[in-house]
Amino acid sequence: MSTETLIAVTSLTKHFKGRGGKAQIHALDGVDLDIYRGKTVVIIGPSGSGKSTLLRCLNLLEVPTGGSVAVDGVDITKPGADIDKFRQKMGMVFQHFNLFPHMTVLRNMTLAPVKLLKMDREQAEARAMELLKRVGLEDRANAYPSQLSGGQKQRVAIVRALCMSPEILLFDEPTSALDPEMVGEVLDVMKSLAKEGMTMACVTHEMGFAREVANHVIFMDGGKIVEQGSPADIFDRPQSERLQSFLAKIL
Amino acid sequence: MQWLVTWWKNFQQQFYIAFIKDDRWTYITTGLKNTLIVTFFAVLLGIAVGAVIAIIRSTWDKNRETMRPGPGKALLWLFNAVSKVYLTIIRGTPVVVQIMILFFVIMVSSNNKILVGVIAFGLNSAAYVAEIIRSGIMSIDVGQTEAGRSLGFNYAQTMWYIVLPQALKNVLPALANEFIVLLKETAVAGYVGLTDLTRGVNIIRGVTYQSFLPLMAAAVIYLIMVIFFTWLVGRLERRLRDSEH
Repeated sequence: MSTETLIAVTSLTKHFKGRGGKAQIHALDGVDLDIYRGKTVVIIGPSGSGKSTLLRCLNLLEVPTGGSVAVDGVDITKPGADIDKFRQKMGMVFQHFNLFPHMTVLRNMTLAPVKLLKMDREQAEARAMELLKRVGLEDRANAYPSQLSGGQKQRVAIVRALCMSPEILLFDEPTSALDPEMVGEVLDVMKSLAKEGMTMACVTHEMGFAREVANHVIFMDGGKIVEQGSPADIFDRPQSERLQSFLAKIL
Repeated sequence: MQWLVTWWKNFQQQFYIAFIKDDRWTYITTGLKNTLIVTFFAVLLGIAVGAVIAIIRSTWDKNRETMRPGPGKALLWLFNAVSKVYLTIIRGTPVVVQIMILFFVIMVSSNNKILVGVIAFGLNSAAYVAEIIRSGIMSIDVGQTEAGRSLGFNYAQTMWYIVLPQALKNVLPALANEFIVLLKETAVAGYVGLTDLTRGVNIIRGVTYQSFLPLMAAAVIYLIMVIFFTWLVGRLERRLRDSEH
């Protein structure tokens, strides 16, 4: 089993300034985490526990207050680091899809490869069509996002990220905004990606998905990692009282 | 019936004196041409300068809290401060005073009144356009920016490819209305001797000692243009709504 570290998070903190002289909010309070190449990490926890903040710190959409995030051994929180270059290798999928509404599905997918990787348009479109076929949406290539269902939007968002051939995919509650009957189609895509060995970090409330797909599960509360381990450890043998009561409420 | 015949004869005579005699109608056509030229180029200038100010202002507003201190932040702060002063001065003084300052103080050596008019009305319009475009930029969901940045686009690329096209589409009707407002505002160009439509009829007034017909002509021409452009904007809005993507 390979255990090559792709992302190493060290004593990460994120404080939000309280408004009007109120106390600071510690969204992240000293988090250490290693994400291994080819593995899937699932982050669970109650809302406000800092799990989304942690995920968003991995590609600096949220700038941490302290600590470091190293990608392939390079600290991307240092002022000199070219964050745009690193982000090209780190795809992200959002809760609200964030497709570009003024572009067709195909253009959503080819914009970044053409402009950033200088891929020529035919090549980028061929690759995009391949990926669309894979998620069963090849006939929607020329549709606009507003013409798609939520599940279709999220599948497009996933393949848009894949078009950049990222080394890791970050999922920020990818199924939370979907109608229940559309959750499955998105999770299926994510499962097949995990099976192929895509490195993934996923914040989710889908415990079934976490149990089935995760190699490592992180339980967060109050900006700290309270408990972590294999899905079996977390779901069948929870140690901390906090995790036990969390699981009791949601399962 | 006699009074009607007299009135009609009178009207014909006045019409002849006001517009036909000595080809006086050319004051109106020349004025109309200048009004349209000044309005058109002033709008272009206003959109160009306004967009730059809007980008500076919204970039500062959205990033002031997360930006690292350094020369970049200091420069942006300075640009933003200058923009705010500019908006305050332009929006706080009458356009007729601005065009007079430009013509009699700043561009004193220039005899090109059309150019002065374009710059004065363009820079004035820029202040209003800037706030229109800024509101468009701020109305785009932050998720759009995050999606762009997460793909590896830098801030400027994200703005150019993703945020601005959506923002401009949203504010297109407001920009078109600004064009209509500007068209009417150019009526004060006569203060610096630019022969626009209003000054054209004023000249006729001066030589004929008649007010009614020349002023009515100006009013009707402005009204027809405004109704026409308003109709165009309405069509534009409907087209945009229909292609709601």
